[in-house]
Amino acid sequence: MHNFELVKPSTVQDAVAALAAEGAQALSGGQTLLPSMKQRLAAPDVLVSLTGIAEMRGICLSDRGLAIGGATTHATIATEARAHYPALADQASHIGDPAVRNRGTIGGSLANNDPSACYPSAALASGATIVTNQREIAADDYFQGMFTTALDEGEIITSVIFPIPEKAAYVKFAQPASRFALVGVFVAKYPQGVRVAVTGASEEGVFRWAEAEAALSSNFSATALEGLSVPAEGMIADLHGSKDYRAALVKVLTGRAVTAA
Amino acid sequence: MKVTMTVNGKAMSAETEGRTLLSSFLRDGLGLTGTHVGCDTTQCGACVVHVDGKPVKSCTVLAQDVAGAEVRTIEGMANKDGSLSVIQQAFQDHHGLQCGFCTPGMVMSSAALLAENPTPTEAEVRAYLEGNICRCTGYHNIVKAVMAASGQGEQQLAAE
Repeated sequence: MHNFELVKPSTVQDAVAALAAEGAQALSGGQTLLPSMKQRLAAPDVLVSLTGIAEMRGICLSDRGLAIGGATTHATIATEARAHYPALADQASHIGDPAVRNRGTIGGSLANNDPSACYPSAALASGATIVTNQREIAADDYFQGMFTTALDEGEIITSVIFPIPEKAAYVKFAQPASRFALVGVFVAKYPQGVRVAVTGASEEGVFRWAEAEAALSSNFSATALEGLSVPAEGMIADLHGSKDYRAALVKVLTGRAVTAA
Repeated sequence: MKVTMTVNGKAMSAETEGRTLLSSFLRDGLGLTGTHVGCDTTQCGACVVHVDGKPVKSCTVLAQDVAGAEVRTIEGMANKDGSLSVIQQAFQDHHGLQCGFCTPGMVMSSAALLAENPTPTEAEVRAYLEGNICRCTGYHNIVKAVMAASGQGEQQLAAE
């Protein structure tokens, strides 16, 4: 890993100021960024640690839903979100492994937008709001393809607000070596309708499966998916699974998620 | 930059660069080489230590980012009289190691599990140790050791 300067501000304001430096990058839990830097896929001159900012940690219930600080770890979400949004807590409790969950954060994961990460599916299926130091971004506008988001340079996710659904579930088919989702489907039922978000499958990153949403909104049962199919075109293909296999998994896992919700 | 942490109950300091990992701080800075670096890619868990009571992979934490923290390593696991702790003794009794390279991380993760969940099921032990890779034992004896350390007998284990 190339050397860099680490700075650890205690307020969002100071972090934003530090990120204005040439070659500066934000560091949250570091469970993706530090391995990437070891592989020299990233070589920032300055890393701005967000782990010392108390206002970015923790979970609280508001009239808009469950607000989760950007620097809140997966382990904290797995325990503290359980009473309010069990499907989200369940998703968090199966990311990586226990040691990774004690460092990795929801803001870091959403800012990175790995096409196989779990949280993008929860955020998109919940119609979450991504709150930054500058503005609020709807999840539907936030995810813009593999490793691409609506965030500007130096913009920090300070919190994420999840409207709480009537029912929801996340089902992941884990790639056994990396524990990332080979395919993961988050289904969430709201009074306005059902939202289905799929991670791990598409070359465009997380996406909503509109046909399934329409079918499930009128009949929330796995049988409503009969007759639907997901096109293999645009799916990820690698040694773990072909395009057709991933497309098939999307439908199977959506059905399982509906049954589990 | 000089970084100080409380390691196994004592304040300890070493010089660091921005890129110094917690694993390097412990091994190279403090000479505590019980923490092993296996894969250096956040996968194998040989480097697990406790930071403020929680297990983390020390190869994927920057030393400067956890300056001032309470850190516990395998060197801090034995009893004060030098005898092995219950978990360490259980690993020995149940042959929970062969080459021993993964053992420091296994013991630290197991200790964290038993602190959170004093009587885990076999499935919970296996799930908690998902991020600790052992290439020798096939895990059976490690799981047995953790079950024994929790005071649960081998009758709790599924047939092999």
